[in-house]
Amino acid sequence: MRRALLAAALALLPGATGAPRVDAARLLEAAPAPKLADYGLFADAAGRVPAPGVVRYTLNTPLFSDYAEKFRYAWLPPGTAARATGAGMPDFPIGTVLVKSFGYPADFRAPDQTLRIIETRLLVRREAGWVPLSYVWNAAQTEAVLKRAGAHIPVSFIDAQGRPRSLDYAVPNTNQCKQCHQQGTTATPIGPTVENLNGGLDGHGENQLAAWARAGRLTGLPEAPARLARWDNAAEPLAARARAYMDVNCGHCHSRAGFASNSGLYLQHDEPGLAAQGINKRPVAAGRGSGGHSVAIAPGAPERSILVHRMESNEPGVMMPQFGRSVAHEEGVALVRAYVAQLKAD
Amino acid sequence: MRNHLFLLLAGAGLASLPAGAKTLDVAAGANAHERLQTALIEAEPGDVVQLGAGRFALTSGLSLDVAGVTVRGAGPERSVLDFTGQTGEAEGLLVTSGDVLLADFAVENAAGNGIKSKGSDGISFVNLRVEWTGGPKSTNGAYGVYPVSSKNVLIEKVFVRGASDAGIYVGQSQNIIVRNSRAEGNVAGIEIENSYNADVFGNVATGNTGGILVFDLPDLPQQGGHAVRLFNNQVIANNHPNFAAPGNIVAAVPPGTGVMIMANRDVHVTGNDITNNASAGVMLVAYTQAFTDAAYNPLPRAVTVRGNRYAGNGTAPAFPGGKEIAAAVGGTLPPVMWDGVTKFTVPGGAETLADGPIAVHDGPMINLNLGTHGTPPSAAQPSVATVLASATLPEPPTVVLPAAQEARAKAGR
Repeated sequence: MRRALLAAALALLPGATGAPRVDAARLLEAAPAPKLADYGLFADAAGRVPAPGVVRYTLNTPLFSDYAEKFRYAWLPPGTAARATGAGMPDFPIGTVLVKSFGYPADFRAPDQTLRIIETRLLVRREAGWVPLSYVWNAAQTEAVLKRAGAHIPVSFIDAQGRPRSLDYAVPNTNQCKQCHQQGTTATPIGPTVENLNGGLDGHGENQLAAWARAGRLTGLPEAPARLARWDNAAEPLAARARAYMDVNCGHCHSRAGFASNSGLYLQHDEPGLAAQGINKRPVAAGRGSGGHSVAIAPGAPERSILVHRMESNEPGVMMPQFGRSVAHEEGVALVRAYVAQLKAD
Repeated sequence: MRNHLFLLLAGAGLASLPAGAKTLDVAAGANAHERLQTALIEAEPGDVVQLGAGRFALTSGLSLDVAGVTVRGAGPERSVLDFTGQTGEAEGLLVTSGDVLLADFAVENAAGNGIKSKGSDGISFVNLRVEWTGGPKSTNGAYGVYPVSSKNVLIEKVFVRGASDAGIYVGQSQNIIVRNSRAEGNVAGIEIENSYNADVFGNVATGNTGGILVFDLPDLPQQGGHAVRLFNNQVIANNHPNFAAPGNIVAAVPPGTGVMIMANRDVHVTGNDITNNASAGVMLVAYTQAFTDAAYNPLPRAVTVRGNRYAGNGTAPAFPGGKEIAAAVGGTLPPVMWDGVTKFTVPGGAETLADGPIAVHDGPMINLNLGTHGTPPSAAQPSVATVLASATLPEPPTVVLPAAQEARAKAGR
């Protein structure tokens, strides 16, 4: 019924010639499409309505990107399924595209109104591996074009507390995409791990893993899949929330195969080593990023912890992550501060 | 013709010889960042990104992730990547691919590190200048040139000034040559850390807090630093006040340090001119902090110091207790100082002795005789030895880079 309605609605769109469809062959071509619309991922020109088969998903704990609202979708070639291998990133079939749009409502107190989408990023699973692409939307919100060298876009909005804010939003260049997505010699998605999908869409309703499995889009799920805490759910344990937050916001680089492997600081939510977690760990190449502090995490003392200092900073050469934000995430910092404060110094 | 020949030789080092390698010219001027970054993304293996003469005003960091690319300027005084207005990213230029040559340009006033390579196999920094033009300041970036987790590293004819950590820093890398370069007015001039097989020669380190450092630190993916040769360098008047951010290991380096070897094995310090470093000409020390890493060895061992020329060192030692120790031996420290730490306890394990001697042939040397790791300097029982090692330790092998890498570094010069 809904599908029929959608089809009827689409028929009314100017220039519509039948139902929208994802162009599977175009996705696999080596040369990226100059326009996002060439891939047929959306039913509308403004990129708000996903095409049939393009499924929205959400994460328990997302990456912070300068307060941007994010809209995530996955499309798998018809008849294929992702294969879970325990926890971590499922093995997505060739032809898969993961889609993420970044945007700002004019006023975060009314997030559904006057949304401006800045960019839409794609990760396309090709034969040779995952390929990152980024498309930047025009002001009229009618077209998104490929940008390989990145872009800086001024953004203004009223935040959730009613404060007017302005920032310089950075669209990553191709190399920066890889810097975060590279693990060892291969690129990989970061978000849709089994743990991070393990919850309802927008935090309620049917579990997304179950829904994907039921739709035949995900196989191999273990009996009781691991789950990443929701960073902003006060009902969950503080340490689990903070470590989930650091895993998603820091762990893509701070892992043994990531860009920051040489730091010896590994922020996966299940990392067992205390020094590797940063606890009483001295810096190796922090430079002035140390802020004069001696260790990454000083248990019980966030004000003496390099990790907190770098999360709070907005200064290049000091701030962490090194890019992907221009302002600090106040709520994320508060969470990690609270976590460090309750760690026992021994 | 000569150049073409070298290019062919260079190309032989790549996995496959690129057909139709081209030059992408990038001029200074408006929109420099986008044009240069686009060239660095669109370059293909074998290509040259040629920087024009002039000042490239850049507000964001640059990065290169294509193997086999050369980035070449018109000279370190003529092609200047100026990051004075940098608002994003932690490096001026970041390289994450292999078989890369960076030559003949300058990087000024990067917000973080000047030029970093991570995970590169075959990375050459040749005839570059990396400088914080306001001179030594704690707000300057940490490292000038910074290859890390890299292999086959060449640093040649590079000038670095003003780094708030190390001017030339090689971390967790293997097969390294640092030659004919100059580090001036940094906290550490040249630092080789957690690295294997490094030849450091023909360099000048002057006006830094510490001239040349060879360190090993715990809790890192590559540790057990070894096989480092420092020879024929000039290590002169490294007496700058330490301006590193506290918390970093180099913040503990006393002003007036010529050469410092910490927690490494098979290190040879030979034939250097080590002059007017007020704390000590050569310091051989154990890692001073407590550690929990059971795989870590905090001791310097199998270290040879031989045939160096010393003058005017140790006149005003700036490390804790240094003044008193100097007074006890007549006011001036001998040119070589060893803390005398010869044993440590493996965390959760047994007491372990140094697996190699300290062989100082040229002294005199002062031995603080601290004995066990963790003994405070206040417990020093200094003794001065004038006749030193007789047995010679085997020298680490000469570092040899792939011939194609060396040839390519020479081409176009």
